[in-house]
Amino acid sequence: MKFSMKNLIAVGLLLCATSAYAAGKLDDQTQLPKAPGKDAGVNYFKPPADAELPNNAFGELVHRGEALFVNTKALAPKYVGNEMNCVNCHLDRGRKARSAPLWGAYPMYPAYRKKNNKVNTYAERMQGCFQFSMNGTPPPADSEILTALSAYSYWLSTGAPTAKALPGRGFEEPAQPKGGFNTAHGKKIYESQCALCHGDNGEGKKVGVNSVFPPLWGKDSYNWGAGMHRINTAAGFIQHNMPLGRGESLSDQDAWDVASYVNMHERPQDPRLINGDIEATRKKFHEGDGVNLYGVTVDGVLIGQGIK
Amino acid sequence: MRNFSYKYLVTLLCLTSIAPAPAVAADGNSIMVNGGSNPAAMACVSCHGSDGKGMPESGFPRLSGLPAGYIAKQLRDFKAGTREHALMQPVASALSDEEILNVANAYAAQAMVNVASASPDRPVQGTGAWIAQRGAWDRGIPECSSCHGPAGLGVGNSFPPLAGQSAIYLAAQLQAWKVKPAVADKKHHAKKQELAARRNDPNGLMQHIAADLTDAEIKAVAEYYAGIEVSDEPVDASKLRLR
Repeated sequence: MKFSMKNLIAVGLLLCATSAYAAGKLDDQTQLPKAPGKDAGVNYFKPPADAELPNNAFGELVHRGEALFVNTKALAPKYVGNEMNCVNCHLDRGRKARSAPLWGAYPMYPAYRKKNNKVNTYAERMQGCFQFSMNGTPPPADSEILTALSAYSYWLSTGAPTAKALPGRGFEEPAQPKGGFNTAHGKKIYESQCALCHGDNGEGKKVGVNSVFPPLWGKDSYNWGAGMHRINTAAGFIQHNMPLGRGESLSDQDAWDVASYVNMHERPQDPRLINGDIEATRKKFHEGDGVNLYGVTVDGVLIGQGIK
Repeated sequence: MRNFSYKYLVTLLCLTSIAPAPAVAADGNSIMVNGGSNPAAMACVSCHGSDGKGMPESGFPRLSGLPAGYIAKQLRDFKAGTREHALMQPVASALSDEEILNVANAYAAQAMVNVASASPDRPVQGTGAWIAQRGAWDRGIPECSSCHGPAGLGVGNSFPPLAGQSAIYLAAQLQAWKVKPAVADKKHHAKKQELAARRNDPNGLMQHIAADLTDAEIKAVAEYYAGIEVSDEPVDASKLRLR
């Protein structure tokens, strides 16, 4: 299954034209991986070291925020509806460049977001994570949970300029390859590089109550409203951070392909679903939201039906 | 004592490996106690202990309760040479495929490592606990727990338990994953790249981690996992945390 930007804009065509894109040209999709590892010469912002945290009430609140950040499901079960924790997308406790570091986000708010068409505070932005990425119920803006998470983010941003987009913020998405993306090739990459940890069916792995490897699709993963459901966003996260500890090893093409494979699978419904109408929801919330397969029919199957 | 027993075993291996291999596969428990049907496959208990918990102070690892898939893969890798070890390669090579499965299943059926249920203290930077629970992300090294699970209890067939494992053994494995620096080859005027003694990690996940850890960090993190309090009580998984 091969897609290009044009196909996705003209999504209607895809509904009946999928066979035209069924590709056997896997070799054409293969590129040499980039040199591993180091981020050529970029000096990313450095959040403070743990030892710099003061031993007082503020320090305690920051520690509480950090604990919530890494053990969200265990410490805030009321608000988390799946098996995800903040740290699953924000690696190294929210410190790692190109893994949506908190020091790249906190100083950017309040900010207008197209997603809900209003100016969002940082607390509102975090509520979005609970609602979509953690498929749960957002804690109140003035709750102890969001206050602690804000304090943690604020402290990680110590010395960062306000309202300035820093290098390494977000996921630094690779541009969509000219030839589009190929879910069949993505499946091959998934099976050879991802399934070891995330499972053959994207289900992740738990030890006791702890999700060690987060589920990538299915009922315990992020829902259809989460930013990670966009193929472009997932491609950025994957390219810079996966396989864990071996980031920067996949080519743009491979990152897009495997991201499209992950994000063609069912996951919990978009909580903004309009009157049970997937097409209406697609038009309102997904059509202009990067590259995604919500509401698209692939190989005769409508994607975005949700799973409970 | 350690040197003596090691030499003794190697000598024994050399003497026994010439014996013809009988065709009937021994069962798992018999292999542990008596060795395989080929006498070159010595009894596991002589190094890994009668309880399967190894001999930590001599660097012989615990096998009790390790996943069968993990043990079987290691034995096959010893055989194939992707995991090098002077003692284990001849032993593994003398086991039939069926015997490998049998002995792996027998060890998997023994008691798993269990840890005291207290949630981990906040680690201090510069310690083994820090590497285990925080990693060294400045060098792209994830926290060990992100794959080996809370308290190093292990995850599935690919990520073995680290808790209660011999510190000498753990440190030796991390060293074995390091690719030795290239050395000048006078004869060919080219640098010759030595292979790492272990290159059997799935997707190469361990090699770069080992390469980028300092010797002091390797020692500290090995001692941390070896020193995790092991308990006979059933583990309360709700108290365990990855980080």
